[in-house]
Amino acid sequence: MPVAARPPETTEDPPVRRLYRSADGRMLGGVARGLAGHLGLPVVWVRLTFLGLFLADGPLCVLLYAAFWIAVPLGIGGRSTEPRTVFATTPDGRRRLRRPDRGQVVALVALLAGAAVFVGTVDLGGEANRYVWPTLLVGVGVVLVWRQADNARRARWSDSGRRKRLFQLARGLAGVALVGMGLTVFLVVRGSAAQLGTALTAAIAVLAGMALLAGPWLVRMSQDLSEERTMRIRAQERAEVAAHVHDSVLHTLTLIQRNAEDPAEVRRLARAQERELRNWLYRPEGTGKDEAEEPETLAEAVKRAAAEVEDKHGVPLEVVVVGDCPLDEGLAAQMQAAREAMVNAAKYGGVGGAVQVYAEVDGRTVFVSVRDRGPGFDLDAVPADRMGVRESIIGRMRRHGGTARVRSAPGDGTEVELEMDRAQEADG
Amino acid sequence: MTETGGPVDGQAGGPAGGQAGGPAGGVPEQRRVRVVLVDDHRMFRTGVQAEIGRTEETGVEVVGEAADVDQAVTVITATRPEVVLLDVHLPGGGGVEVLRRCAPLMAAAESPVRFLALSVSDAAEDVIGVIRGGARGYVTKTITGADLVDSVFRVQEGDAVFSPRLAGFVLDAFASTDAPPVDEDLDRLTQREREVLRLIARGYAYKEIAKQLFISVKTVESHVSAVLRKLQLSNRHELTRWATARRLV
Repeated sequence: MPVAARPPETTEDPPVRRLYRSADGRMLGGVARGLAGHLGLPVVWVRLTFLGLFLADGPLCVLLYAAFWIAVPLGIGGRSTEPRTVFATTPDGRRRLRRPDRGQVVALVALLAGAAVFVGTVDLGGEANRYVWPTLLVGVGVVLVWRQADNARRARWSDSGRRKRLFQLARGLAGVALVGMGLTVFLVVRGSAAQLGTALTAAIAVLAGMALLAGPWLVRMSQDLSEERTMRIRAQERAEVAAHVHDSVLHTLTLIQRNAEDPAEVRRLARAQERELRNWLYRPEGTGKDEAEEPETLAEAVKRAAAEVEDKHGVPLEVVVVGDCPLDEGLAAQMQAAREAMVNAAKYGGVGGAVQVYAEVDGRTVFVSVRDRGPGFDLDAVPADRMGVRESIIGRMRRHGGTARVRSAPGDGTEVELEMDRAQEADG
Repeated sequence: MTETGGPVDGQAGGPAGGQAGGPAGGVPEQRRVRVVLVDDHRMFRTGVQAEIGRTEETGVEVVGEAADVDQAVTVITATRPEVVLLDVHLPGGGGVEVLRRCAPLMAAAESPVRFLALSVSDAAEDVIGVIRGGARGYVTKTITGADLVDSVFRVQEGDAVFSPRLAGFVLDAFASTDAPPVDEDLDRLTQREREVLRLIARGYAYKEIAKQLFISVKTVESHVSAVLRKLQLSNRHELTRWATARRLV
């Protein structure tokens, strides 16, 4: 009887249905469920067929099942899965907690029945006894270890393996122990107890020798594997970043072509894109912060404010930051004042070219200057609307214990200087 | 954020030095300078050539172009220009490699070749790297044609060209260490130098800095040149370390 003859794969329908073992709702190796999924039959039928085969010709059926188990890769629900969808469907992350489905219950009952029949048919007395029990022990142990290996394989694409690592390890060890016990029993009953010592010594010697020979190689292989895995993850992240950047660059270029008649808009688009690109390039780990995130440090806050003003008013702002420190309440107020100054500079002084923004953390003092090269104005003849803005800059700084100076002269641009002491904390 | 080259000068739109570099005496005769362009982007070379290469108007004569390190060294050696516009990122080792291999030409007593670095990158390590390599200044490629022409002439005269961003980097580099300096004179900025750099970073032109600090424009220039020398000669490991670390911090 041919073993594990796979049904020929049909290639008519585009998504090729390949034979996979099912990790979901399986009893042993998931062979029956996988087959059922593949053939489109209820899983109970397949299980009953296996059971029938088992009763008819136990060893052969077990062989068949084992062959399937070893040869057929683990998949989901008997269907080939795209790697991408794997993350969306976390298969049986809570396998232990889930209520067993009816098929599983039926299968369990059938299994128990089969076991009962098996125990009934095989004479457990006398000669056979000496072989049957060790064999069973070994069998159960092997099954345990194999399931463990399956789980390790599944852990690659579901995180169920990580959380129950200890339990799984225990299971694997139990399997190994069972196999060992079975083999020992074999030895003992085959030979006599007298030879146990020598047999054990020999076995241990052989095992130790194998461990010595294969150990380093195995360790190195596992190290290489994990290294390769991290490399792959990193490469994937890089590729994602690149894809994101390329995408947004392409978008911008398209928009620029569309808005070719509107130089201001073109400039704005190009500048925004340039900023984003620089963010991706010169940010740690190459992951630009999302625009939605609140800035946490002074440098970030200054750059963010300038970027927003730049986008809104279409005037370039050049930002230079020396040093950096975490934001506190006073500095947040200073940032608001600085932003106000930037808006002013862009609105009234943008005609003179780029607005120069400079921020410096010098010990406990934070200094910000915003300078435009616009027409400037006479401080003593300030129009009312600018007076209001000046109040929101000077007044705000004063309320928070800082100072603000506005210097301007007609034809000489305007400069706003803001100074604020950092909150008294331990760090310098 | 944008980055202009030299600080914009009020009405004239010229860079920081203003007309300070012009020859003394009433009518300025037509200045001339021989320039080599080194950049691996042909489009950019063409653009710069179109913007500043009209010799009759600008006084800049582009005598050669190169697209990689080997070519650059060959062309510079053959043409002996006064100023080289050098891209920081180049195939074959980058602008730093060109500077390394042209060191003898830079040090020549007779008509030394001077370098002005150009880049789209504003990664601190790149900028500080080319300055330490011997470039007399650093501007980004968004600089206007007029500012670029002016920067070229200032480099030709042996002055340093500091963009606000470069000034910021330098302040950062010299401030960001608590380690005792190896060489007191070289590894520290004087108070005056610091003030000058701060004003450059704030967008002041040299003339404005001079006015602000009650010193002459010449003095401002000598302060900037002193800072440049310190950058190039300082044996503080922190400088390079700082530049590298900035990428990661």
